[in-house]
Amino acid sequence: MRRLTNLAMTTFTALCTLFAILVLVIILGYIAWKGIGSVSLRFLLDSPRPVGEGGGIGNAILGSLVLLLLSSVFGMPIGISVGVYLSEFGKGTFASLVRFFVDTLTGIPSIVTGVFVYAIIVVPLKHFSAFAGGVALSLIMIPIVARTTEEMIKLVPQSLREGALALGAPQWRVTLGIVIPAAASGIATGAMLAVARVSGETAPLLFTAFGSRFFNYHLDQPIASLTVQIYNYAISPYNEWHAQAWAATLVLMTLILGINVVVRFLTRKKF
Amino acid sequence: MSTEMPMIASRFSVPEKQTEAAPSVKATAKVTVRNLNFYYGRAQALHDITLDIPERIVMAFIGPSGCGKSTFLRTLNRMNDVIPGTRVEGEVTIDGRDIYAFGTDIVDLRRRVGMVFQKSNPFPKTIFDNVAYGLRINRLTSSKDELEGRVEEALRDAALWSEVKDRLQSSALSLSGGQQQRLCIARALAIRPEVILMDEPASALDPIATSKIEELVVDLKKQYTIIIVTHNMQQAARISDTTAFFLLGKLIEVNSTEKMFTAPDEKTTEDYITGRFG
Repeated sequence: MRRLTNLAMTTFTALCTLFAILVLVIILGYIAWKGIGSVSLRFLLDSPRPVGEGGGIGNAILGSLVLLLLSSVFGMPIGISVGVYLSEFGKGTFASLVRFFVDTLTGIPSIVTGVFVYAIIVVPLKHFSAFAGGVALSLIMIPIVARTTEEMIKLVPQSLREGALALGAPQWRVTLGIVIPAAASGIATGAMLAVARVSGETAPLLFTAFGSRFFNYHLDQPIASLTVQIYNYAISPYNEWHAQAWAATLVLMTLILGINVVVRFLTRKKF
Repeated sequence: MSTEMPMIASRFSVPEKQTEAAPSVKATAKVTVRNLNFYYGRAQALHDITLDIPERIVMAFIGPSGCGKSTFLRTLNRMNDVIPGTRVEGEVTIDGRDIYAFGTDIVDLRRRVGMVFQKSNPFPKTIFDNVAYGLRINRLTSSKDELEGRVEEALRDAALWSEVKDRLQSSALSLSGGQQQRLCIARALAIRPEVILMDEPASALDPIATSKIEELVVDLKKQYTIIIVTHNMQQAARISDTTAFFLLGKLIEVNSTEKMFTAPDEKTTEDYITGRFG
């Protein structure tokens, strides 16, 4: 009987795992199958054109990268600093309050973030901009980065801190020189997960970066992004644009996968 | 101790100036502890400890687990400061200066009082960078050559140089457990402290690595004052000059190690050493 239960449970968990993987494979496979036909070098480099004339998503790829870069520039330093504060210096009520707010921030629907940034940046400046899009994405990024940083730094053994303190190192040097480097690969992994997470966001960009059909090199102007492009093409009535939306989805998935692989490679354990 | 006082006083003080005698007598002990009480929150961990530790000896702290040996050791370089909710009463002086006095430079104190921990804790850096860490943060060297010289010297003093000289740039974590602990000793020696605190430095090591650490401790006595916490009675007997026995946060007895292990003054000490409890 015990063996039977054991067997049943093992089979059940294995089947569930198989199901989850199968769903993932089907999604990826379907996207690849629908998208691959429209992907070409021209598609990757060209900007959108009217229906029937082909065109591509070069501007959207560039726009997505610009937005990710912007949001990382705003979000990473703040997120990592908050995480370091929470784990190394934050004691007592204020820290638990901050922790509570950070957790709440993680749970805010991304469209709310988009509307918020629209109200505080887009409206006063009177136009959509890449800058506003970057801010919106960074707001989503900060709590994720902050909490993973905190968790990673908590994993650094107390004995390392004491070892450095015992050599006469002041607290800030222990944090900068010993604790953060020891947690660096974990922090980087968390940061990349945050990048991967926001690279799939559409809602916060609709009211901020807005989207564009041209290459844009000005941060105070609306900028295209893969996700908004996919959204716009997917709800359009044209078959050609639907096919391009599938192809853009494939590109987006590859981009996220690429970022993940590169970062895993860069942050693999050196010590 | 008391028999030395008149001798030292006469050597250092001019007869007319009686007041000069007091500080020079005090200077015979490297570390003096007076009526020290220590609390973790409301729990009192150390009770009224008074102790003198002379210069250039090895003093061993023995006693059962939880008796306050490590806590006491950590009061000597204010390592307990990092634990929230702790409180100290009483006086600890090193070279006559109260280390708990307002305005004490803790960084400078810890530079003068080095520490080796129970579990070796090398930084996840190269072997060289581990030893150089204290030198760099305290800006103790002015040139690259001097830095390299001090690192080599520290590694030699810790009897590790011959084993690592060809791989100074490899990770400290690639060393064996015993080597890691000697690296931590080298790291502490590099900044040339005056007192070295060792908290059961050999407890996680095999007998061969342990004997290397013990030889090292005896050797280091020539230059440093060493205070070592140990659970291993034979170890205390082998390497120390003086032994202090702690029980339930109280200092029961301090004596020369020889006397302590042959004819201790206190009955409890004898009971503990002969294994009747603890």
